Amino acid sequence: MENTNNYSPIEKVSIIISKGSLEGVYPGLIMANGARMAGIDANLFFTFFGLEAIIEKKMDNLKVSTVGNPAMHMPTVIGSIPGMSAIATSMMKKEMEKIDIPPVREFITMIHDAGCNIYACKATVDMFHLAKDNFCSDLDDIISVGQFYEASAGANIIFT
Amino acid sequence: MATREILGKQLEFDDDNHLKNGKDWNPELATELAKEEGINNLTDRHWLVINFMRKEYEAKGDAPSIRKLTKESGVETKELYALFPKGPAKKAAKIAGLPKPTGCI
Repeated sequence: MENTNNYSPIEKVSIIISKGSLEGVYPGLIMANGARMAGIDANLFFTFFGLEAIIEKKMDNLKVSTVGNPAMHMPTVIGSIPGMSAIATSMMKKEMEKIDIPPVREFITMIHDAGCNIYACKATVDMFHLAKDNFCSDLDDIISVGQFYEASAGANIIFT
Repeated sequence: MATREILGKQLEFDDDNHLKNGKDWNPELATELAKEEGINNLTDRHWLVINFMRKEYEAKGDAPSIRKLTKESGVETKELYALFPKGPAKKAAKIAGLPKPTGCI
């Protein structure tokens, strides 16, 4: 694809990850990593259940949601059978590995090492009674909404 | 597409300013392309990345993902971004005389 228009290129993005399912977390991670690969400055801001992706004890166990998702093409009663989510998760992880998408923990370290800032939402941290030591070591800071906007100066904000 | 003269040779470049014909590439040209990208001195570590990318491209027809690059070349993510600031994938590919990588990771 060629850039045939006269718009100026994107220089900075702030990506919000608000969901804690595997399919809810990955799009934001892929976009953050892709931004850094292209030399675009990036912030990642985890809020609400999205926080699970950076919580030390949760981040390795994120699951694909098999209910309430019409694109799974699976009736809710089937999707809710115990183990269905685990099967879907294992299938998705296998496919992702094939195209070189790393597991969540490795991906977050990779993105952080690439120079993307990793932030947790203070309101959610307070609501879930969490503290900095509950998070993986790649977390840069726990910040308020106001600080998030300050950090996002000049950025395109993407909510996922 | 554009033609530019580098080191006394007329060379074709694509719309992304990547070298059009791989066979035009040589290490001397890489040094000149690196300067255009703001890298004035290609170190052994730069060459490790460039050579790895060229080898992968030759074998697979596309530049490697950042993950594969860091895992297999021994150059870690942080160092890779320090070597090729402002986008290691595209930048390294450009210097290596390869087309823009098509992968997302």
